[in-house]
Amino acid sequence: MSNSLSLQKLRTSVKVQRKIGIGLRMVIALILIIFSVFPVIWMISASLNPTGSLATQTLIPKKAGFENYRELLNSTEFPFWRWMGNSIKISTITSVGALSITTIAAYAFSRFRFRGRVTMLKGLLLINAFPGLLALVATFLMISQLGDIFPGFGLNTHASLILVYLGGAMGINIWLMKGFLDSIPRDIDESAMVEGASDWQIFTKLILPLLRPILIVIFILSYIGTYGDFVLARVLLKSTDQYTLMVGLQIFTGAQFSQRWGVFAAGALMGALPIMIIYLALQDQIVGGLTQGAVKG
Amino acid sequence: MPSLAGQDSPKKNILLSFLPELERFVLLIALDAAVGWFVYKLASLGYYPFAVAILLLAIVVNIVLLVRKAYPLRWMIVGLVLMGLFVIYPIIFTVWVSFTNYGEGHLVTHEQAITQILKIKYLPESGKAYSWTAYKSPQGDYALWLVDTQGNGYLAKVGQPLNQPQPGESGLGELDANGIPVTIEGYKKLNAIQAATDKNLTEILFGEAGKTIQIRSPKEAAELLPLYTYDPVRDVMIDLEVGTVYQNIRGTFSSPSGVTLKPGFIATINFNNFRDFFASSALRGPLLEVTAWNFGFAFFSLLLNFGLGLAIAVLFNDKSFPLKKLIRSLLLIPYTVPALITILIWRGMLNSDLGVISRAMDSLFGWSPPWFTDAWWARIAILLVNLWLSYPYFMLICSGALQSINEDYYGAAQVDGASRWQQFRYITLPLLLIAVGPLLVASFTFNFNNFNLIYIFNAGGPPIAGTPTPAGHTDILISYVYNLAFSGSRGFNYGFASAITIVIFFIVGAITLFQFRYTRMWEEVSKNV
Repeated sequence: MSNSLSLQKLRTSVKVQRKIGIGLRMVIALILIIFSVFPVIWMISASLNPTGSLATQTLIPKKAGFENYRELLNSTEFPFWRWMGNSIKISTITSVGALSITTIAAYAFSRFRFRGRVTMLKGLLLINAFPGLLALVATFLMISQLGDIFPGFGLNTHASLILVYLGGAMGINIWLMKGFLDSIPRDIDESAMVEGASDWQIFTKLILPLLRPILIVIFILSYIGTYGDFVLARVLLKSTDQYTLMVGLQIFTGAQFSQRWGVFAAGALMGALPIMIIYLALQDQIVGGLTQGAVKG
Repeated sequence: MPSLAGQDSPKKNILLSFLPELERFVLLIALDAAVGWFVYKLASLGYYPFAVAILLLAIVVNIVLLVRKAYPLRWMIVGLVLMGLFVIYPIIFTVWVSFTNYGEGHLVTHEQAITQILKIKYLPESGKAYSWTAYKSPQGDYALWLVDTQGNGYLAKVGQPLNQPQPGESGLGELDANGIPVTIEGYKKLNAIQAATDKNLTEILFGEAGKTIQIRSPKEAAELLPLYTYDPVRDVMIDLEVGTVYQNIRGTFSSPSGVTLKPGFIATINFNNFRDFFASSALRGPLLEVTAWNFGFAFFSLLLNFGLGLAIAVLFNDKSFPLKKLIRSLLLIPYTVPALITILIWRGMLNSDLGVISRAMDSLFGWSPPWFTDAWWARIAILLVNLWLSYPYFMLICSGALQSINEDYYGAAQVDGASRWQQFRYITLPLLLIAVGPLLVASFTFNFNNFNLIYIFNAGGPPIAGTPTPAGHTDILISYVYNLAFSGSRGFNYGFASAITIVIFFIVGAITLFQFRYTRMWEEVSKNV
């Protein structure tokens, strides 16, 4: 009798404990959320603050309005659409190119057996362990030399930037893709081969459609990486109308950061929004891709 | 399962497989011809390393496309060529540059420097000086009328010996009061302003070879001789006026008393850059600090970011936790904003007088930290920003890894009476570390070279006072390299920058190899292959 009573007491106390636990964790979650979201809220608030300077900004602007956006979109020294267009163009071409290179190469690594295959796969991993940033000086000199012969691929061209990005396409993503390809049974290929299909036909007609989920993940990761890249674009691009959005934003802040804070915030927000939406909408797929080994950066 | 790459399987050349054999062959020849032209152009401009790289890659491409056994490589030839060109070649080039003095004052080749130095002229004791008047023809030819100290007039044209014509001869018009012809047939007299602003005029050597006359100043033209002569056997420059011998020392012609000739040129200087890195007392001060902070920054970033990410993952690793999905989405937000933008936003928020955080702290405590001007506060600010940027990533990978841990372990531990802390310490943590270990190492190496954060937040500042090369208290090696190579404010030095780059290569490479060796990754990799 007393035994079951104390058991019940224990149960209620466990329940209470659990409730307290959840409440406590809710408080922690709230603090963390404030820490996480505050800078973004601040950016939104700054972009709506009509006085537009860093010093006069309050969290809730006194007279919220879209003056900063109007100024941003009409500004000639801050050609937002031009920069955004450059960024989208470069990121799209790079991602499509990188995806093609990655997928086709991964198919060969997965389906063919040849000498040096394992060494090559490991070598790719090692080469990519060295950040390309370290060879920046050499890359810069090389592109300037290339431009002496082909001005279309020299300094201050998008083509040179895209080529250098594509140079890094044979990387960790090949492993990701190859892992996915290995999980597709080879019986499919073999039956097609019996029918007389060539390797290329098997790849494009049979395998490629099955790869859709991983193709999307790699495309998005590559797109976001290119869109957010700053250093290489900063070094290779020289004139205002060629800048990507990230380079433009950084240079804009150098000159008149605190006075033009509102305009900057408007530009930053509009530049960040597409990526934020993609991330939040596809977070499950992206997280899956990330945890399989691709590191942001 | 039989291998698909069996020799009898039907194979098509995947590159250009729609073309018959012959046409493909013709195309390859056309490609080779184009590459040949490109290599020739590169070599004629003196870009030998680049030319060699292209040539080697072209050979590889030919082999892959022609040799049947290399068939699988045709599937990746485009990627391999791009990688060779834009990843491997720059690495090799960096290694070469690190053994040279390439940089400000040493940008041209040995031959180019000699050509430039040989152009330098001097006025010998015996040389005659003249006052001059310039004439220009419609075709762009120039003539000079020279008057020596005795008042004799001479006509000087390019490539012809001086002569002393009288009015009427050689198309000469009447002389004015100063003895200068008013007109010369076929030429137009330039007034003082025209002559002074004509850029070509001072470059022209008038008169016959070996006895040339050049304009030295608006008042004076003189018979000049080359100042230096080059001795290719000893690789020295000899001053013809006073006989000084300038030796080639590390890419600069230098006299015994230390006078140097400009320009210097690119020269191999063996391990001098590396010696400077490890031994030069002038560089040592900033480099020690930069290196120490580089390791400290990467280590503390990892500790903080992983710590917070793990704590959140553990706290909310509870399927029934209310609003779990929403909380995760909100906590993910820092990760979704492009890093450059968030770094700039933080820079604004921490701005010493105007930023929101500084203003809030000022009004609460009457004091706010000097985030940008004090070395330690700047470091703390960088760690804080990096925490904001990266903890969601660790939160994601940790909660992924937590979910893959088998629940039975905890049941067994509870039976044995293990406390929650013990369960975490002896079950969760070890299993988690195995799963995310490689990612932690990757994150360490990423932060070790996290140029974006350092450069954008405060450009490595505040600056360290009195250093021979520009360096700041929050500079890491890679941002220090960037300043050396590109900022140019105190002279850029590609050679030294590349040498530091090589040192970073070895540090990062060692960490990576360590990762391969001591974590499961390598085995997993081998297994999957």
